[in-house]
Order: sequence, then structure tokens, then C-alpha cells
Amino acid sequence: MAKKKIYKIGDYPGLTGWTVFFFAYLYMPMIVLVVYSFNESRRAQIWKGFSLDWYVKAFSNDDIQSAALNSLIVAVIATVFATVISTLAALALARGRQFRGQAAVTGLISLPLVVPEIATAVATLSFFAVIGFKLGLVSIIIAHTVFCIPFAFLPIRARLQGMDDAYEQAASDLYANDWQTFRYVTLPLMMPGVVAGAMLAFIISIDDFIITLMVSGAGSTTLPLYIYGMIRQGITPEVNVISTVMLVLSIIFITVYWFVSKKAEETG
Amino acid sequence: MELPRRNPVTRRWLALSPAIVVVSIFMILPMIILLVFSFMEADPYGGVDPGFTTEAYVQILYERDFDDLLIFDPVYLNIIGRSVLLALLATIGCLVLGLPVAYFIARQSSRTQSLLLYLITIPFWTNLLVRTYAWILLLSSDGVIEQPLKFLGVIDESLDMMYTNGAVAVGLIYSYLPLMVLPIYASLEKLDFRLIEAAHDLYADRFRVARYVIFPLAAPGIVAGCILVLVPSLGAFIAPDLLGGGKKLMLGSLIQVQFASARNWPFGSAVAICLLALVMMMLMYQARIASKRRRETGD
Repeated sequence: MAKKKIYKIGDYPGLTGWTVFFFAYLYMPMIVLVVYSFNESRRAQIWKGFSLDWYVKAFSNDDIQSAALNSLIVAVIATVFATVISTLAALALARGRQFRGQAAVTGLISLPLVVPEIATAVATLSFFAVIGFKLGLVSIIIAHTVFCIPFAFLPIRARLQGMDDAYEQAASDLYANDWQTFRYVTLPLMMPGVVAGAMLAFIISIDDFIITLMVSGAGSTTLPLYIYGMIRQGITPEVNVISTVMLVLSIIFITVYWFVSKKAEETG
Repeated sequence: MELPRRNPVTRRWLALSPAIVVVSIFMILPMIILLVFSFMEADPYGGVDPGFTTEAYVQILYERDFDDLLIFDPVYLNIIGRSVLLALLATIGCLVLGLPVAYFIARQSSRTQSLLLYLITIPFWTNLLVRTYAWILLLSSDGVIEQPLKFLGVIDESLDMMYTNGAVAVGLIYSYLPLMVLPIYASLEKLDFRLIEAAHDLYADRFRVARYVIFPLAAPGIVAGCILVLVPSLGAFIAPDLLGGGKKLMLGSLIQVQFASARNWPFGSAVAICLLALVMMMLMYQARIASKRRRETGD
């Protein structure tokens, strides 16, 4: 005999089905992309058979290699700058008493989050045009540093706010000076937040497209710009390969980030 | 090593100064330059020429004919209208898709919750260009959706799904869906399920529970989620460009084109300023609702 259906309070029919549909919608395009990157056919969306040829081809493409190198250079430098700047700001904002202007400064730092990217992109381009700055890797690094700051700042501040300052007080009681307290107590405790912030900044920089498009110059093509150029010329299996590689890298990165920040929560 | 002996206030502002200086010079100053540019004359070779004019803003609504008469021209107004409409459509789509899922997640054990949230955040952190490109594989004629339909004989001819408003909307919803689910989940997570039991005890049916208990409690998250989806949708560039094929222009693409190929920087600046004004209004609206709510609940 079929089990009698018991009505569960707060349950709605179709809720589970809806959620399954939701996740299918979320992941279907990504799965299709990965599967088709192994397609043998020259026409990217017609399946012919399994092949790794396009991977070999993409990885030996000089343009792709230099674009990947550019992306890496920009992301590493912008991440270092953004993380150092954000760490200092987070320490000033999350430690010590509240002060006048605190909300204004926090708002200023979060500004790149709320301004639409296209507006930031053309404003930055106009700025470089006014001061006569030559567009290239340096202009990209400057622009990336600015919009990476809030992404690095938020996890670091969250970590500091979750930390009990009793440890720092204890260090002072034991005659540690300010530097020693910071170096041996605050910094190690806040490190998971700093690592998490740096990882977010890195991934945001590697993935950025529209701002990079506007402030890049000749010879400073990054990976997303290169992918965009390829898509405009028509869909080839090579686009699928590079897109898949970027996708997988992001997923690995964000998974590591997830575990780092979880650890931080548990020990915090 | 010893930190310089300064009083804590000086030291605090010293630590804040790199962030303040960098954001002021490379974010605030460029915005001011953009505003100034929007009141200057266009240089035919790109960039701007000195001289004050409101021509760029006039151009949004009117066209000049040969006799220098202003004729109302709805071309750009149409683009603004389409942007607002598609952004609203994307927001509603995200809400309809996301609200039940946020509720579903909030009811799971904390282990499952954590796993599902992780699955929702993954797409958010992966490359937007790549994720939108994947939709070309799905939607294009002879694409992944059409092939099986043709094979089964459901359709004979291509559905022409690409380069339509619908394709752009699907792309926008896909782009910003996590931004809707996460804040709604955050407000439902704190939901006390005894409230729902109490409502049932008082003879409320499921519909009434949703309408009078769950929905009001989810409201702050819904408002936040809608703003988070609406703002980037308005200025979106990638989805309209790739899935609209540049034919279904939206504000983001219009601005980009003015700075890249059309070489009318003042007009591009003026449109960007309008976009910023729209966004500011929405953010202020949200801030007002949030502070009103805080006052009411007495937090």
C-alpha cells in the first residue's frame, strides 16, 4: 500500500522540482560548454566525436599564451596592491573606536561595487585620456586595483569583526609593543581573511572584461579580450577549449576559497 | 621594529589614506571628468573639444535636421526604454526563479544549506563572458536545443532564438540569478519556523501562510535582491552584445559604442551620466526602505 502522504507544515508542492529545475538551468550551459570542448568537429556546436585535438591546438597558440601571461601579470600585481591597501583600511575601520566619517570611508571603498561597470570603464578611459596616459598593461593594472579593493576589503573586515580583541589586549598586558602585537597576534589571526580577500580580488581581476576592454591598448590583450575577439569572428572549437579552461580554473579557485573561509569561520 | 609613535587618530587616517587616495583619484575624479565631458563638444577623431554645450543631452531626445531645427527622435529613447524593460524583465525572472529556491534552501539542514549555497555561488564567480558564450551554443540555429528537436521532428525550421529580446533576457537572468537568491536566503535563514506553525494553528492555509508570513519576512531580501539584479542589468554589455547581436542595443552597449567606434565621447558620457543617475535613485530608494525598516523594528 502506498504510504499516506503526510502534509508537512511549510511545505509547498513542486518546491523540490522547482529547485532541481533551477540548478539545471544554472549548470546546463556550463556542462554543454565543457562537453563541446572535446568535440572533434570544426563546427563548434555540431557533435562529431571525442577529441583532444583542439586542446593541443589552443595550448600551442602563441596569441593565447601571451594573452594568458598578460592576464596573469595584471591579476597578480592588482591583487597584491588591492590586498595591501584593503588590509590597512580594514584594520583602521574594524579596530579601535567608531569615529566620524567611518560610514563615508566605508562607502567610498565600496563605491566600485555599486557603480555600473560600463560607467567605470568609460570614466577611467576618459581619465587616462585627460592626463595623457598611454593605454597598456599599466593602465589595466591601475583600473583592476581600484575595482578589486572592495572585493579584498569585505572578507578581511568580516574576519577582523569576528575576532575577539582580547588576544591583542593580552599581548599588550604582556608588554608587547604595538608592532609586536600586530606582527605576532593580529596578523596571524586575520590571515584567513587576507587570503580569502586576495583570492576574490585575483578571480575578479582574471575574469574582468568590460573595463579591461576600454582601458587596454595595443599588445595588452588579456584572456577574456582574446576570447571575445574569437567569438566575434565566429564560434570555433578553440573558443570552447579556452572557455572551459577558464571555467575550470575559476571553479577550482572558488572551491579553495570556500574551504579557506569556512576554516576561518570555524577558528574565528 | 617600532611603529612611529603617533596618536591613534593619526595612525588610523594614515592606514586609511592609500584606499582613500586610490579610490578618489581613479574612481571619483574619473566620474567628475565624465560629467565635464558630457557638457563638451565632440571631436570627430575621438575625445572632446573645449566649449560648453548641452548638445549631448539634447541629442538623447532630438535630432538636428539640415536647417538646424530640432526634431524629436525616439531612437535613443527606445534604447533606454528597452534597457529598462529588459532589466525589469530580468529582475522579475530572477525573482520568480529564485524566491522558491531561497525558501527551499532555508529549510534544509545546515550541511545541505552550505552545499547548495556553494553551488549557487560557483556560477557567480566564473567568467561572465564565458557563461554567456555558452548560451550561444544552446540557442543558435542548429544549436544544442534545436538539434534534438529537429531530430525528433518537433520542428522543421530554425526557431531563430538568437538575437532576440528573449535571448538577451535569458542571458541577463542567467548572469545575475545568484544575486537574487543569496539576499533572499539571508533574510529567510533567520525565519522562525514556529511562526509558520502558529499560522497553521490559527487555520491559515498554505497560500495565506506564504502571503502573510513568509513573504513579509522575505521582503528585505527581495528588495535587496531586486536592486542587485536591476543595477547591473541596466548597464549590461555582454548579454546584449553576444545574444542580441548588437541589434538589440541596450544602454551599456550604446555607451561602449560611443567611446569605441562612433567616437562621440560627449554623447557617450551623457548617456553614462543618465545611467548613473538612474542607479543612484534606485540605491537611495533602497537605503530609505532599509532605514525605515530599521526604525520600525527598532534595531
